[in-house]
Amino acid sequence: MKYVDEFRDPDKARTLLKEINQIAADLTDKLKRPVYIMEVCGGHTHSIFRYGIENMLPASIELIHGPGCPVCVLPMGRVDDCVAIAEQNNVIFTTFGDAMRVPGSKKSLLQSKADGADVRMVYSPLDALSIAKKNPDKEVVFFGLGFETTMPSTALTVLKAEEQGIHNFSLFCNHITIIPTIKAVLDSPGLQLDGFLGPGHVSMVIGNQPYDFIAEHYHRPVVVAGFEPLDILQSLWMVLKQLTAGEARIENQYNRIVPDNGNAQALKAISQVFELREFFEWRGLGSIDHSGVQLTEAYAAFDAEKKFIVPAVTIADPKSCQCGEVLKGAIKPWECKVFGKACTPEIPLGALMVSSEGACAAYYQFGGDRIDAIEVAEKTLEVIA
Amino acid sequence: MCLGIPGKIISISDVEQQLGIVDVGGIQRVVNLSCINETDVELEQHIDSWVLVHVGFAMSVIDEAEAHATLKVLTELGEMQEELAAMQKGAS
Ligand code: SF4
Repeated sequence: MKYVDEFRDPDKARTLLKEINQIAADLTDKLKRPVYIMEVCGGHTHSIFRYGIENMLPASIELIHGPGCPVCVLPMGRVDDCVAIAEQNNVIFTTFGDAMRVPGSKKSLLQSKADGADVRMVYSPLDALSIAKKNPDKEVVFFGLGFETTMPSTALTVLKAEEQGIHNFSLFCNHITIIPTIKAVLDSPGLQLDGFLGPGHVSMVIGNQPYDFIAEHYHRPVVVAGFEPLDILQSLWMVLKQLTAGEARIENQYNRIVPDNGNAQALKAISQVFELREFFEWRGLGSIDHSGVQLTEAYAAFDAEKKFIVPAVTIADPKSCQCGEVLKGAIKPWECKVFGKACTPEIPLGALMVSSEGACAAYYQFGGDRIDAIEVAEKTLEVIA
Repeated sequence: MCLGIPGKIISISDVEQQLGIVDVGGIQRVVNLSCINETDVELEQHIDSWVLVHVGFAMSVIDEAEAHATLKVLTELGEMQEELAAMQKGAS
């Protein structure tokens, strides 16, 4: 596929790995420890595991899988709210597939569907709007979640609902914003982190300038990265080069997709429909100020939280869950006490085990034990070959 | 969640609603083009453009020149490595 295959060229990957090995070795000599680089975005986590990139890298580089998987950071209480809305009479509850299996305190949306609720998977929020149009006597709710990448699509769908006067459509808004999230990571005590791979598709919406504070105040390099193997390797190489030169800048590896100023139309739609919440609750990370958005007063008629009575209760994660520590990079997934035991992709306890963008599910699938990991690495070299 | 796929705009299906048909890996689908639509550009001008499609919306027009430039850096890096290796061999 165009713009995909070229970025999987194994020769170029080998070239990059050679450079990475060399620079990382020099750096660790100086630092007397591995170089820690965090990929913020769950999409990157997914690619890193899918292509076995972690296994290709030298031990001198440690990747920390950040909190950028919107499904993984959804707290139990919000899932309970989804179930409560879905189980009301006359409601069709629509959602992206990723969110179906996230555990709530009693059940997931998938279990609620099995119990008879009308829960439907959609590819696009516009599909939810079509369902609303076709079912005028039902209330159709779309479960909006995701970072700034997905926000414009939801915003434009709400605008369309208003324009077309489709009032049986509403949004259960769980969108979150990337900057407060990165800031929360950077401010967490005891953090060891040398640089970031910046989220490619969030940046195509918000541009690169919002990351300036990471370089200016926290003196960490950020390279906004694409999602193919070469994109990720090249971005790692760019971060390492900055570290070697003692620099901290915002660079854009993914400039075929990410314009420096982001997408004006998308940003306009977001600012028209959404406003910041005072705070938003994250699974494992607690409450983060201004990290979520809600519909503005002007669009209250499309707000499922106003249309329906939702429990809106904060529910603590099960005691045995260590999702928060994994999200902050404090422990590796397999170091969680329930990893692979009480918590598996089939019966997930924590959300990091649900989505293919979650670090725990990725490790469970691709890197559970060393033999598997090596096999995967060999296979992926074949795949990208 | 945040992933997107490159696709090529085949035709414009509804100018008013800003919809087009995009071919994504052989599958054709109606995609909303309002995020890539600048006010002074006719939608038709985007036909044959490659875009990044995310949950039914075209979110970015792929910049061909930048894609080439990114790959060129890597090609040159490979050539340099080869040359260095040859030099080392020659010296020994
Ligand atoms: S293994 Fe399960 S409970 Fe433990 S951190 Fe991962 S997702 Fe959370």
